[in-house]
Parts: sequence; C-alpha cells; structure tokens
Amino acid sequence: MSDNEHRFESVPAVREGLRSVDYLADEGIAGVVYLADRLQKPVLVEGPAGTGKTELAKSVARSTGARLIRLQCYEGLDESKALYEWNYKKQLLRIQAERNAAGWSEIEDDIFSEEFLLTRPLLEAIRADEPVVLLVDEVDRVEVETEALLLEVLSDYQVSVPELGTVSASQIPLVFLTSNNTRELSEALKRRCLYLHVDYPDLEREKEIVLTKVPGVSENLADQIARIVRSIRQLELKKAPSVSETLDWARTLLLLGIDSIDAEQAKETLHILLKYRTDITKAEKELSAG
Amino acid sequence: MLDLLAGFIQELRAAGLPVSLTENLDAMEAVGHIPIEDREAFKYALGATLVKNHAHWKTFETVFEVYFALRGAEFGIDADDDASGDGQVGERQEGMPQAGVGGGMEALTPEQLAEMLYRALANADEAMMRALARQAVTRFAGMEPGRPVGGTYYLYRTLRNLDLEGVLERLMQSARDEATGELTLLEERLERDEFESRIAELRQEIEAEIRRRLVADRGVEAMARTLRKPLPEDVDFMHATREEMGALRRAIQPLARKLAVRLARKRRHGRKGPLDFRSTVRHSLSYGGVPAEPKFRYPRPSKPEIIVVADISGSVAAFARFTLHFVYAISSQFSKVRAFVFIDGIDEVTRFFEATEDINEAVHRVNTEADVIWVDGHSDYGHAFTEFWNRWGREVTPKTSVILLGDARNNYHASQGWVVGELRRRARHVFWLNPEPRSYWDTGDSIVSEYGIHCDGVFECRNLRQLERFVEHIA
Repeated sequence: MSDNEHRFESVPAVREGLRSVDYLADEGIAGVVYLADRLQKPVLVEGPAGTGKTELAKSVARSTGARLIRLQCYEGLDESKALYEWNYKKQLLRIQAERNAAGWSEIEDDIFSEEFLLTRPLLEAIRADEPVVLLVDEVDRVEVETEALLLEVLSDYQVSVPELGTVSASQIPLVFLTSNNTRELSEALKRRCLYLHVDYPDLEREKEIVLTKVPGVSENLADQIARIVRSIRQLELKKAPSVSETLDWARTLLLLGIDSIDAEQAKETLHILLKYRTDITKAEKELSAG
Repeated sequence: MLDLLAGFIQELRAAGLPVSLTENLDAMEAVGHIPIEDREAFKYALGATLVKNHAHWKTFETVFEVYFALRGAEFGIDADDDASGDGQVGERQEGMPQAGVGGGMEALTPEQLAEMLYRALANADEAMMRALARQAVTRFAGMEPGRPVGGTYYLYRTLRNLDLEGVLERLMQSARDEATGELTLLEERLERDEFESRIAELRQEIEAEIRRRLVADRGVEAMARTLRKPLPEDVDFMHATREEMGALRRAIQPLARKLAVRLARKRRHGRKGPLDFRSTVRHSLSYGGVPAEPKFRYPRPSKPEIIVVADISGSVAAFARFTLHFVYAISSQFSKVRAFVFIDGIDEVTRFFEATEDINEAVHRVNTEADVIWVDGHSDYGHAFTEFWNRWGREVTPKTSVILLGDARNNYHASQGWVVGELRRRARHVFWLNPEPRSYWDTGDSIVSEYGIHCDGVFECRNLRQLERFVEHIA
C-alpha cells in the first residue's frame, strides 16, 4: 500500500487539477475529493440529475492520469456482474477434455484457477496495479440486499473469492459512488463514505462552466444564459434545467448565431432547457411577464 | 480541539442528526488533514464526514454557525465582537473589514444608512452588506437581554425598518435609467432576479447576525434547542405556516417519486412466480443441456383502483389538497384514480386532473370551481355521503379501494353511517384518513368512530410521513 503517496498536494491543487481538464469544482467539491484521497475513503455523490456527478469521477481520473473503471448499477445487478464469475462454459469444456486422463482433484485445482475467473469491475479495480478510479454509477438503483456486496470492497479494499482466498488491493483506488436519490441508501453504506451533495451551481460558476465548455461563446452571452437559467430554476417546475441542458442551450444559441438573447428567441429555444410541456408554458409566461 | 469537536457532535445529535461513532472518528481524522484556520474547509470536512443526508444539511449549517460563532472569539477563528466595538481598525484581523467599518457607523443618520445600503446592494459589495446588516440589527431590532421572544420577531422588526421593497424599486429604477434605450421585459426580469438574490443575501446576513447575538445572550444549548425545526415530512398539515406549506409542496414530488419506484419494485420482485420451463430449457443449451440456471415467470399483480372522497371545508382543506396531490403524483401506480370533494354537497373533480398535466393547477381548480355547497357551506358528511351513494354508488366495484378523508366533524348533522357500510360491502377496501391527532377523535362534534366501525381501517394522518406510509400500504 502506498501510504505516503498522495494524489493531491492540497485543496487548491485539486481545483487546479480539475480545472486543467475543464471541470470547475467549487470549494466543497474540491475539499471532499482531497479528503477522500487523504482518508482513503469512498465518496458518495448525491444531487439532482445532470449536475456533473459522473463527470466529476471522470475528470478526477483524467486529471490524475488514472484508469477509470465503471460499474453501472441497475436493478437485478448481482455478484456475478459486479465482483467476479467463474467461466462455467470453459470449465465444462475443460472437464470434458480431460474426461479420461487426470484424476478429479487435479481437475478441481485447475478449473478454479485464475484462468477460469472472469473479473468484473469491482474485482478489477482491486486487482489493478496502476492507479485507478472506480466509479459506481447510480448506486440507488440496486436493491438494498445487493448494496452489501459493495461493503467489503469499500471499507477494506478487498474481495473474498471462496475458492481462491482473499484478494487485497495493491493500491487504494479512489472510489466514487453516485446516487440520484430515488431511495434512501442503507446506513452501513453511508457510514463508510464521505458525503458530497452536488447542487446546481451558482450564477458565477455556471457562467464559467458555460465559458469553458462551449468554446466561442461570448462573455456577455454566457452571463445572460446563466441569469436566465437561474430565473427559470426559481419557478416551481417538474424538472428544473440541469447543467448539461444549460450547455446544450448555449451551444444551440451559438449555432443560431445569437449574441444577445431577447425574450422571443429565449421562448423559441426553451424546449432545449425544459422537457415537459407544462414547464415550458409556465416558463414562457414568466419570461414575458417581466 | 478534541473536546471542541466532541461537544459539536453532541450538539448535532441533540438536533436530531444521526452521527455514529465511526463518523465521529472520521471527522477527527479529517480535520487533521486540512488547514485549521480555513473556516470554509473546516466546515466542509465536518460536513462530508458527519452529514450523510442532504435534508440534514441546513440543520448542520445552523448548528455549525451557532456553535463555532460563540467560541470564535476565544479561539481566534472569527474576531467577532459587538458591532458597537472599539473601532480599532488597525488591530483587526485581515478579511474582517466590516468590523472596521462597523466602528464608524454609529454616527450615521438613518438616511445615510439607507443610502449606503442602496449602494452596497447596487455594487454587490459583500463586506459592506455584512457591516450594514450588523448595524441594522443594532439599530432596529431592539434586542434586550433575556427577553423571551424568538429570532423571527427581531428579524421582522429589522426588516420593517429597512424597507427592502422600496430599495428594490429604487435599484430597478436606476437600472432602467442606466440602460441604453428601453429595457426589454426579459432584461427587466433578469435585473430584478439579480437584485432580489442580493437582497435575499442581505436577509441571510441579518438572520445570522440576530442568531449570533441570541447565542451570546442565551448560550449555545438554549439556542440550539429553539433551532430544532421539524423536517418537512414531519410538519403537521393542520398547523403548517405558509413557509412550511411551500416546503411541503416541494417535498411532495420527490417523495412521490421515491414511493413510486419502491412500489414498482415491490410489484416486480414481491415473489417469484412458477418455473418457466421453456426459458429454462433454452438457457440450458449453453451448458450442454444441464439446466444450470432455472428461470422463473414473474407474477403480474393487478393495480388497485382508487376513489378518493375528500372533505375540503376550511379546517381540513390543506390536508385534502396534499392528499389529492400525493395520490395523483403516484397515479401511475394505480389502474384508475377518481376524486370527489365535498363540504355539504359533493362533486366529482377527476376532470380537473385529467385536463392538465400540472397537478398544482388542478388542485387550484378543485378549490375554486368544484360545486360543493348545498345549503350553508358547513361540513355535512351525512348528506354528502348519501349523495355520493345515490349518484356514483353503482360504480364502486370489488376492485376499488375507497379512501375517505376528513376530520368527521359533522356539525351535529345525521351521520348516515350506513353508506360507509354499504360501500364496504361493494368495494375491496374502505379506509378513513383523519388529519387530527388521535386524542381529539370523537370529541365535540367529531363522529369518526361512527364511520370507523364500517371501515377496514381508520388512520391518523397528520404529516407527509404518515401519508406516505398509508399509500404504500394500500398500493
């Protein structure tokens, strides 16, 4: 284990690193990432959809030059998809090929060796020699019982395979778990993680995000975009516009060659920000009411 | 340092946040890794290790402010004396310019103060705003030590004197003057939003200032106790303030979404069905004919049909509104939802919900357009139920669950409890939800048990949490 090797020097260093790969972190985000590295603890990232939770993990991987291993969670995810699986088909072939020759005990030793092991993301992250970032995406989609699978990996950075013994990590991966909060996660999982809530960015940060992510956009336009989006988020909507939708909108306006938005143009392009008809009508009414 | 943290964590626990021992240890370790003089970083380190639920974040912030503000003076984190302090500008720490300004503010006339406030807001000068907030509290709040009034009272007094509405208008006017040419409606709205957010910031400064002084006056423990506000899902429907109503309305949507996900999941994974022979054989082919992976059929239980009959007279209107809102928010989990509202007459309001996607608007139309008055507009459960039975009774089928909402305060009219009995004979279930605390039932003109004996269950339903539990139970 590399106790004395840290990925980041200080909190500002985290911010700098993330900025160099076009991810603008605020104080809180950078602070938690830094702590995660120092305390060697996973980070649980929660927040509304489209605020850059997954992007954070990707950016950290890119800025540290680590490999990103991603486990996309879904209902019905189980051990054999998350941790490891024996390659039954290959094992069957092996047994059939050896039917007459060797004794059973030899075959048994043989078919439970690494050759027949299919590694899945969690085991792969543990076994990797080079630095990795493990992203467990949308962890709230798995059932409560399946969450328990993650616990051993997250707290001790090891995986127990009954036939092989325990596999411990040669380096501590930086782990990010994201959640859209469709259900409460178990206490046991939360306790093992640092908690980070990523909310919609404030005006200044959103403007900066637009400026970095959409090349060619003018300062003035970015400012206007950020302000209009903020106004829209204050309405009571079914789904408030996310950062990625803001960026899409900025790109659209750029393509249309608009440099300064008036109410008419805003209304015509609202469907990029908002995805429900009722929301769009409401926003249109608000924008023209002044 | 350790004592300080331990005390802080005790305070968090007292405020209702679940902080475990391991989290406690994590927090201790975390603060060792960050520069201690950086207050923001300190706060985030504690937040990340101690608070694992975003709904708790506000409480955490308040406790943090309260706890570390008072000790600030002793530990030098925050040089925070009284605003009418000595004015020794030179000796103040850096980054605290407002304290320096605060010294010279005593002499200002109210007009000058208003002018400074206006200018600070126009330029978004944060340090100045903080200083002004402090000055405003000193001047207008009229705080006296030991006076048993809440912070909101002081806040109200301060804000009344500042006339923020007027300031906003002035800011808007100057924005209009400065603009080259006419402001378009859109620009005007954006300007207004900008200024409003600055004023909201000012309000927060003032609130924080008042809180700080109350802490100094009453001590951390007493203050922390008054700050323990219930979470949105624990707020009582019948006694919610307007602000809490807003919070409730916003809480409904995510809550309904969570519940819908949970119900859908339960329906799919509730129990395994019988063996799917065909699929099992198909999958055994890749194992050389060995049925290694048995496959099962999933059962598809039918979704219930819901009829909501709600009293919307004044006393329980808020409750009926929330229940309708909630039921419709998860209507995808039911095969059909019909809604009826009554006071002494009864009317079907399903059409309002079907006409629009916006539940808020539908609920609003229910309140304004439904035809629910028969004689005098005082609740008459008996008449409303009889009417319901005569007009729609035949449409209640064994698939239907009927939910009756109300406090059963019948103004001493005839109860007509037999209707509920008849309904139960036809329907799958009949439930009654009562927004009153159980101890009030059957007191005065409440006759809930006269209906209750005919129901499959009578539930107390005073807050979102209880409502959620009930809906999960029937779906």
